[in-house]
Amino acid sequence: MADLSANFVGIKSPNPFWLASAPPTDKEYNVRRAFEAGWGGVVWKTLGAEGPPVVNVNGPRYGAIWGADRRLLGLNNIELITDRPLQQNLQEIKSVKKDYPDRAMIVSLMVPCEEDAWKAILPVVEETGADGIELNFGCPHGMAERGMGAAVGQVPEYIEMVTRWCKQNTRMPVIVKLTPNITDVRKPAEAAKRGGADAVSLINTINSITSVNLDAMSPEPMIDGKGTHGGYCGPAVKPIALNMVAEIARNPETHGLPISGIGGVTTWRDAAEYIALGCGNTQVCTAAMTYGFKIVTEMASGLSAWMDEKGYATLEDFKGKAVPNVTDWQYLNLNHITKAHIDEEACIQCGRCYAACEDTSHQAIEMSDDRVFSVKDDECVACNLCVNVCPIDDCITMVEMVPGETDPRTKEIVSDQYANWTTHPNNPSATAAE
Amino acid sequence: MPNNERTPGIESGRLAAEQYAQNFSDLHPAYETHEAAVAADRCYFCYDAPCTTACPTDIDIPMFIRQIQAGMPKEAAKTIFEQNILGGMCARVCPTETLCEEACVREAAEGKPVEIGRLQRYATDDYMQTDKHPFVRSADTGKSVAVVGAGPAGLSCAHRLAMKGHSVDLFDAREKSGGLNEFGIAAYKSVNNFAEREVAWLLQIGGITLHHGKKLGETLSLDTLSASHDAVFLAVGLSGVNALRADGEDKNGVADAVDFIADLRQADDLSTLAVGRNVVVIGGGMTAVDAAVQSKLLGAQNVSIVYRRGRDRMGASEFEQDLAASKGVQIIENAQPKRILGNGAAQSVQFEYTEDKGSGLKGTGETFEVPADQVYKAIGQQLGEMPGGLNVENGKIVVSEAGQTSMLNVWAGGDCASGGDDLTVTAVAEGRDAAESIHQNLMG
Repeated sequence: MADLSANFVGIKSPNPFWLASAPPTDKEYNVRRAFEAGWGGVVWKTLGAEGPPVVNVNGPRYGAIWGADRRLLGLNNIELITDRPLQQNLQEIKSVKKDYPDRAMIVSLMVPCEEDAWKAILPVVEETGADGIELNFGCPHGMAERGMGAAVGQVPEYIEMVTRWCKQNTRMPVIVKLTPNITDVRKPAEAAKRGGADAVSLINTINSITSVNLDAMSPEPMIDGKGTHGGYCGPAVKPIALNMVAEIARNPETHGLPISGIGGVTTWRDAAEYIALGCGNTQVCTAAMTYGFKIVTEMASGLSAWMDEKGYATLEDFKGKAVPNVTDWQYLNLNHITKAHIDEEACIQCGRCYAACEDTSHQAIEMSDDRVFSVKDDECVACNLCVNVCPIDDCITMVEMVPGETDPRTKEIVSDQYANWTTHPNNPSATAAE
Repeated sequence: MPNNERTPGIESGRLAAEQYAQNFSDLHPAYETHEAAVAADRCYFCYDAPCTTACPTDIDIPMFIRQIQAGMPKEAAKTIFEQNILGGMCARVCPTETLCEEACVREAAEGKPVEIGRLQRYATDDYMQTDKHPFVRSADTGKSVAVVGAGPAGLSCAHRLAMKGHSVDLFDAREKSGGLNEFGIAAYKSVNNFAEREVAWLLQIGGITLHHGKKLGETLSLDTLSASHDAVFLAVGLSGVNALRADGEDKNGVADAVDFIADLRQADDLSTLAVGRNVVVIGGGMTAVDAAVQSKLLGAQNVSIVYRRGRDRMGASEFEQDLAASKGVQIIENAQPKRILGNGAAQSVQFEYTEDKGSGLKGTGETFEVPADQVYKAIGQQLGEMPGGLNVENGKIVVSEAGQTSMLNVWAGGDCASGGDDLTVTAVAEGRDAAESIHQNLMG
């Protein structure tokens, strides 16, 4: 049995599944239920400074998009940080941590960009026995308008400054949560590292309007006829998050900086993918909000079974293993030549590959009078679109051409040599191959 | 003491009052909106879709399903009605399992096709409940066409002609329009007077004048129609019933299944319909199944369908055979009727087993008896007497692909014409195509 325990910047948890700072972690009742269900840790929903708590809207806070059968694919929210008194949250954090010492208890924080504000809150959080803090530099709505959240996360200098204040004023590990609503995620990550962050976590939610109400002519979710951009999360954002994680993991400036992966983690496989891209653990929210806390059982058993199958005893055994294979386009091997192949036995003759290729791609699929579909190797550029639109698993596959064969499309012999754009004759800045 | 399933003889009121309503409720209940969305999501939007190819009326099925997916069921209905103005009835009676749904690639992939028939029902119901008509009649052309027979072929033809601006006189021998839609299909396939409502809805196109009680060869002459109209479309169906050629066919209790089905459809109170304790239906088509299942649903204790060949040769689809079996109807195959026994009234039918060793169907000599108070003949129908001058071969009016008969300016379609397969949907297609041909002819 694989060991799922994680040690993330010194914070131990029995598995790498934490609940992200969000509604599921807003109070003791929920968090106790989460720990009973088996979650390895939680990031307590963001606390603000002492004083009157924020208020939330009293209309809908969430919007969504759905796939077939109303399967939720993306969720958007305009909820703010905790709207409960600071002292109540602190008492509850302390009480839960005392009863679940083996689980990770991280507290998310967001106070104004003044050192005194941070100096004030850090000791009281420390006093709860929490294992660490996460700086909410990502909340994209409401709080950003007040100079916090994403307003800080979008300015690397502020990230560095606040992170440094925190490191100077607490013994607790500091995780900096990054917003994806920027152009280059490496910059805020570098700033966090310069400020002394123990880790970064990403992504926070993405600015979004889930839909437009065509009767009211208002964005959804709609409050009294108006809407605002909310934070988008759920399965739909995972590809964006994976790329941002990978960019930080492979950036020489931040390589090795611990990462907590967030964004659309729904099953064990999603978590495994984040870990393979260098994450020390993952944080989950939308999947729990969609299906409840019980999903962690599937996540833990699935990850464990997969690790056993692959022979990975601990998370460290495969953590970051995919990072070296993330590269720039210019380094992709242009001599790697594949051709689509349609398995006639598996084909159900829907013709989607044909429509896609004929209408929108390279006219590389032939359709016979009796609906047999085959690939024209002399036209196929191996774009993979047919594979992606085919409704049958493994019906269309990409078959690699063997060096020495002639590519029917280019009439050139397939080379066994690696060659990329940097040395390609069509590249004006090509350097001669060595 | 009230009657029950075991009351001997032919009796009415075998069931409790509420049981009738339950037994004759909708065979395929309509989808709720969410169910329709889920069902529609299963469609792959195939290229040059096999389902469309399999549909006799060529409905663009992937398109209408996509329109349902996109939340526009009324647009979906229009896509259907453009090809098949009786799309509502076809959604109820089409043997989809041998047409579009058999061709569905998901049938090939997983043995579970997209439920095209029910989706079509969803879209057409959604449209028709507004009581609006989807088409606008073109300006009057001054041309007139006589359509004889207000069944699926006649209605379809009349509608298309009227839409193009021609004036249509639509004749029918009965006092009610609809043909087999109204008189010839099981009640649980067309509940709440759907056939009647559909005709009224279709006539909203305008330009169609109905003439009931007019029968070709009796109160209607083809020569007169030809003289008074620019064109004639014959859609008279099959009015004769094949004979059993078994002794005792004249005994009480022996009747035509088509008459039973018609009576049942027109009955206001099903508990007044008499049904035998033991019912035998002879035949193997849809009519046999409709008669047998409905006998069972009326409270008959024992109902058998006896067919002279194997089940694989039955005209009734596998779905219909399974439906019969699920309602408790016994299907006896490879047996032909020898004689109907009984003193004045039928008591049983003697059958002989058959075999076909490649030289035609022959009796084996082995016989058996099935008790029967009621015997329904469902062994096919035949063309009634046709006016001279019409070329008739193999019991059908000979027509070209466009529906033209051997007579000038006379077209024919539906069950009375050659080339079809006696399906509602085929009749609709033939009516529509004949209308297009007539239109071309009149305007060309």
